[in-house]
Amino acid sequence: MFRKFTFSALAALALTAGAAQAAGEEGHVEDIDFSFEGPFGAFDQMQLQRGLQVYTEVCSACHGLQYVALRSLHDEGGPGLPEDQVRAYAAQNYEVFDEELDDFRAAKPADHFPGSNLANAPDLSLMAKARAGFHGPYGLGINQFLQGMGGAEYIYSILTGYTGETKEEAGTTFYGNTAFPGGWIAMAPPLSGDDVEYADGHSTSLHHEAEDVSAFLMWAAEPKMMARKQTGFVAVLFLVVLGALLYLTNKRLWAPHKVKKNA
Amino acid sequence: MSGIPHDHYEPKTKGEKWLNSRLPVLGLLYDTLFIPTPKNLNWWWIWGIVLAFCLALQIITGIVLVMHYTPHVDMAFASVEHIMRDVNGGYMLRYLHMNGASLFFFAVYIHIFRGLFYGSYKAPREVTWIIGMIIYLLLMATGFMGYVLPWGQMSFWGATVITGLFGAIPFVGEPLQTWLLGGPAVDNYTLNRFFSLHYLLPFVIAGLVIVHIWAFHSTGNNNPTGVEVRRGSKEEAEKDTLPFWPYFVIKDFVGLAVVLVIFFAIVGFMPNYLGHPDNYIEADPLVTPSHIVPEWYFLPFYAILRAFTSDVWIVMFSSWITGGIIDAKFFGVLAMFGAIAVMALTPWLDTSSVRSGRFRPMFKWWFYLLIIDFIVLMWCGAMPAEPPYSTISLIGATYWFAYFLVILPILGVIEKPLPQPKTIEEDFEAHYSPKTGGTTTAGLPGE
Repeated sequence: MFRKFTFSALAALALTAGAAQAAGEEGHVEDIDFSFEGPFGAFDQMQLQRGLQVYTEVCSACHGLQYVALRSLHDEGGPGLPEDQVRAYAAQNYEVFDEELDDFRAAKPADHFPGSNLANAPDLSLMAKARAGFHGPYGLGINQFLQGMGGAEYIYSILTGYTGETKEEAGTTFYGNTAFPGGWIAMAPPLSGDDVEYADGHSTSLHHEAEDVSAFLMWAAEPKMMARKQTGFVAVLFLVVLGALLYLTNKRLWAPHKVKKNA
Repeated sequence: MSGIPHDHYEPKTKGEKWLNSRLPVLGLLYDTLFIPTPKNLNWWWIWGIVLAFCLALQIITGIVLVMHYTPHVDMAFASVEHIMRDVNGGYMLRYLHMNGASLFFFAVYIHIFRGLFYGSYKAPREVTWIIGMIIYLLLMATGFMGYVLPWGQMSFWGATVITGLFGAIPFVGEPLQTWLLGGPAVDNYTLNRFFSLHYLLPFVIAGLVIVHIWAFHSTGNNNPTGVEVRRGSKEEAEKDTLPFWPYFVIKDFVGLAVVLVIFFAIVGFMPNYLGHPDNYIEADPLVTPSHIVPEWYFLPFYAILRAFTSDVWIVMFSSWITGGIIDAKFFGVLAMFGAIAVMALTPWLDTSSVRSGRFRPMFKWWFYLLIIDFIVLMWCGAMPAEPPYSTISLIGATYWFAYFLVILPILGVIEKPLPQPKTIEEDFEAHYSPKTGGTTTAGLPGE
């Protein structure tokens, strides 16, 4: 009887342990000093524009940004393209299906970026928030205080983490990647360096391109980050002052009832 | 209200008299606001106000969020993104609501542990305690259903796992689960009923909060010494107490301001720290996340749920004695709800006649261990269900039950309490000398 229990328990344990291990094989995520980290961190407008270029010329071939409105490229705290450029960018790069026309037409700023072109290419709108790069120590997540959540770092590490190895499995090619959980990813290396030509003359080495597009995707996931941090800062400042005044009020209010013995 | 003798409201103006003779609402407000409060309350007593603030914050932000949210499986996720990107200030509303839930639970845990340490649950405050526990259960239900609404991966799979717990109940489990979900699996009908209940329950909680306050206003507050306010005469009571307004309102606001500094720093600078990244992926019934974790505030009880695997002797024993009706899964469910039930039964499990932990030399250490146990269980709940975490969870869960079911009853018998002060006044004056007519206000900042 007990032996049977032990066996089934062991089997159950082995199964869960195996599953957890397969899942727990976290890839290596490199910590990057992004400009938008920390309470006062801000997006680098030029970097977002370069990242947009990488996204447009490389990523958008397969991936989409369905939750991001094209008009938001003009918004404060984002890539900040002038309105006419947004209009031109939308019209030149994307076609959307218009239900009224019952046909495709050139995209307008009011439209969203199109969704993914490939079924197995995930939408990137929220990718930088849907992954965490850092979990430690001991799964406590404390290092996120120092390094940030690591979503943008995760994307960077995927883009630069290809080992050059490939393997075939059930007719699909998998590429060795040091950042991807499990070590093998179905996406072929999208960037190799010098994939785009930056107007501002910035370096187009692999890791620069990867940083730029990761920063852009962080903005795509959290377009109101700058406004949020500003609100947070004002709120904290206000509450510190309010708290100090309340503290003094309280102290004075209680003073007649609280007299230190040694005073 | 009743209990501690104090001045009652006397309507003065004509208008007040007119209203008060028809509806004594002014008297009610007066008695509530000026209730005599033990003057030795320490800073652990501020969390009630923090909780009241949380309830108001959640209801107000929630009502506005509902104006922009669409409870439909095809649109819920997109409507949350619409709130985050297009609604004016929507990102702030949503982050406040999301982190507000965390603050709510953080505050409720401190509030509960404060009660456990100072014996606030003991006679005559058992009803206050029980109502508090019901509020806590409703809070968990509300928090859980609210987490489902954004319809992310963790929303969906969390709902699947948690409602699955009810499915583990023998005989009635499956129909019960179907009834809860509204169908065979988590789907649109589930989302809709969770949305409806998530909107309803906060108002039930608000009602119970009023009863909670009513109950402890009838018995009077507990205090750090656990010694009751003297009630022989108004003069005597006044030596032990000060009116709630302004003394405790202002003091509570100081505490609230400090708590809110941290809260707004989290909302402003790292609003997703307490969330799970997977919830930024839209729910997909075909893709199971590798690691399903509930929100941090459920983790200790989640760890207890998972601690009792089929290789634990007590699980084997109950399975054998009930002919397999109580299997490991159902045992885990019983343990999880039992962990909260034993907490609710504390007033009758604690046999000590001394209220405050301050005067219980042995109890103190067991209590501190319980806090550590709670934190360790929380950590285990976030870890995969494998050794060494499963073993640590089991030890942690065992201690949780042992504390309430064994240690508390025995301690009351064998422990020799320290001498308690005779009155609250005596305790207060041990820290501060008697009134000297307020002469020492001079020299204070701002004077």
